[in-house]
Amino acid sequence: MTETMSLKALTRRQLLTRGAAAGASFVIGTGFVAGRDAAWATEMDALKPETMATLIQMARDIYPHDKVGDQYYAAAVKGYDVPQEVDFVQAGIDMLNDTASQKGFGTYLDAGWEDDRVAILREIEGTDFFQRIRGGLVTGLYNQKEVWPIFGYEGESYSKGGYLYRGFDDISWI
Amino acid sequence: MAAPFDMNDDSVVVIIGTGAGGGVLANELAQKGISVVALEAGGRYLPEDYINDEWDSFGQLAWTDTRTTSGEWRVSEDFPNLPAWIVKAVGGTSTHWAGASLRFQDHEWKARTTYGEVEGANLLDWPIDGTEMAPFYDRAEKKLGVTRTNDIPGLPGSNNYKVFEAGAKKIGYKEVHTGRMAINSVERDGRMACQQTGFCFQGCKWGAKWSAAYTDIPAGEATGNLEVRTKAHAARILHDDAGRVTGVEYFDENGDLQMQKARVVCVAGNSFESPRLLLNSSSSMFPDGLANSSGQVGRNYMRHTTGSVYGIFEQPVHMYRGTTMAGIIQDEAKHDPSRGFVGGYELETLSLGLPFMAAFLDPGSWGRSFTTALDSYENMAGMWIVGEDMPQEANRVTLSDAEDGFGLKVANVNFTDHPNDTAMRNHAYQQGMAIYDAMGATRTMPTPPYPSTHNLGTNRMSERPEDGVVNANGRAHDVPNLYVSDGSQFTTGAAENPTLTIVALAIRQAEHIAGELNRGNL
Repeated sequence: MTETMSLKALTRRQLLTRGAAAGASFVIGTGFVAGRDAAWATEMDALKPETMATLIQMARDIYPHDKVGDQYYAAAVKGYDVPQEVDFVQAGIDMLNDTASQKGFGTYLDAGWEDDRVAILREIEGTDFFQRIRGGLVTGLYNQKEVWPIFGYEGESYSKGGYLYRGFDDISWI
Repeated sequence: MAAPFDMNDDSVVVIIGTGAGGGVLANELAQKGISVVALEAGGRYLPEDYINDEWDSFGQLAWTDTRTTSGEWRVSEDFPNLPAWIVKAVGGTSTHWAGASLRFQDHEWKARTTYGEVEGANLLDWPIDGTEMAPFYDRAEKKLGVTRTNDIPGLPGSNNYKVFEAGAKKIGYKEVHTGRMAINSVERDGRMACQQTGFCFQGCKWGAKWSAAYTDIPAGEATGNLEVRTKAHAARILHDDAGRVTGVEYFDENGDLQMQKARVVCVAGNSFESPRLLLNSSSSMFPDGLANSSGQVGRNYMRHTTGSVYGIFEQPVHMYRGTTMAGIIQDEAKHDPSRGFVGGYELETLSLGLPFMAAFLDPGSWGRSFTTALDSYENMAGMWIVGEDMPQEANRVTLSDAEDGFGLKVANVNFTDHPNDTAMRNHAYQQGMAIYDAMGATRTMPTPPYPSTHNLGTNRMSERPEDGVVNANGRAHDVPNLYVSDGSQFTTGAAENPTLTIVALAIRQAEHIAGELNRGNL
């Protein structure tokens, strides 16, 4: 998962003092990205932390679920944090930031409203970069068992004996 | 001689594929004392192996070997190498099917006569009819233990069904029930009753749903007359100078090419692999592919006019709890051209888990229109459209330029909706949305067809040799000891889920083959 032992030990205060704010949600430090609330953090193996922060925000803007925390989006894109993906991801994020810049924002993360970021994404949605990130999220995000309860999906049921005695016909509003 | 059989034993019937067609045929022949070698491309998985997880199960069971696609269907854009969601395993797609077991309506055997000339469609009457098939449907229903037949009670209604049923009745539908299902509503045939687990598509872990994998296949093996060879990928059917097939070349699990001699060969690899095998078996005597003097091998591919409608409500539904196909509306299954199309369609409940809902609700879509729908997953109800689609000559399986791991040309699947298909789908979308609107849906979503599970028609049955590939017994017009035993022999698709008809045809074909063997004609 996205949390690591070394960062877990940090207090919120320590985390914030070790990093710089990026966008609305993230703290970027040397070798890590964390949530502003310090509820999660992910250590970087290959990508630059600001690149990962941008990728996490991009993931949320593609599939925004307000009840799903950033740590799940971070987990969904963590697979790109490997040496063989660095060039691909960095080039894509550079393109994203260039597009943001053309629309009057310093970087993608500087665009404060989702609508503005979505407008930037619409400009690049035909690119291989966007489509690969989006396609990867379909399983990367929605196939995390940890997010299923947030959507009310209960997953595996055989070990619990199915739903015959656990509400397969419990609808009450009809 | 008892199984296992020698490669040079030319007295055996070789069946390629072990699904609803091949698996049933194998057992029926074995029960009659006929020696059978069944070649199955996949492995063997049983209820204890099945996985209550959509993607993990897909990885375990689905046929994911490369295929290519073309044509205007959206599947070709969204899933260019996955035209079908079918299974590569012992039992074939009978592990995956939802269990809906419906007989054709009598007029559907005679689509050309009933519907008349439909421009752009290659309609043809079946050379058999409902009267001919009735006793075989009887036997198929008994074999599968179909609910609402033979005094077997219907399954209880789930949450998803209750929304569907109440909405259907509100808009005036009358023929609404929990289906004729090959899922045990009571313990039967040594298999337990349904526990409403969901995950019917992932293989029934209770064995409550009929699948050839744990019924007909082991029953056939128990006779000593059936040998199933797993991970045996058929490559080519061989023939002699007289034009009779003599054996099947296949790659075994080590990738080594083997050749099993045969007295009779039955092809049952589903509607992509069966024509692919015939086309890959071309020779100087059969330059356009085996059994293809008509040019119809691979043509007339049908996939049913499908689509889904999901509705979102103010309060929870939990549609995933219980059987996937939990009920049916049959009022639209009739042929009533006043609706603007020929043929009819069934509406059947459907549920996907969150992972597959994300993949299939609106493939390629992103942003809040998409994600707010998923946010309401818990409050969602779903249904699937199953309607008759028009056979078209250009909708076809051909050999692609791409090759599989064995160096064999893979199937390319070309498909474009006929205007009749589109008109039917749009009608069904409207009706489906009206059903949910009547129940107070706050949002309804007409969802595009998934990769096909009903794959039909690519070696079709015909009275005249020039119109199709096989005759009324599924026997190749061109080759006396070659049969087609799966859904690819369908002349037309009808509105009904095809499995019961595939099983009934396999039972009937077994009678025919046994008779021909006894008469010395094979």
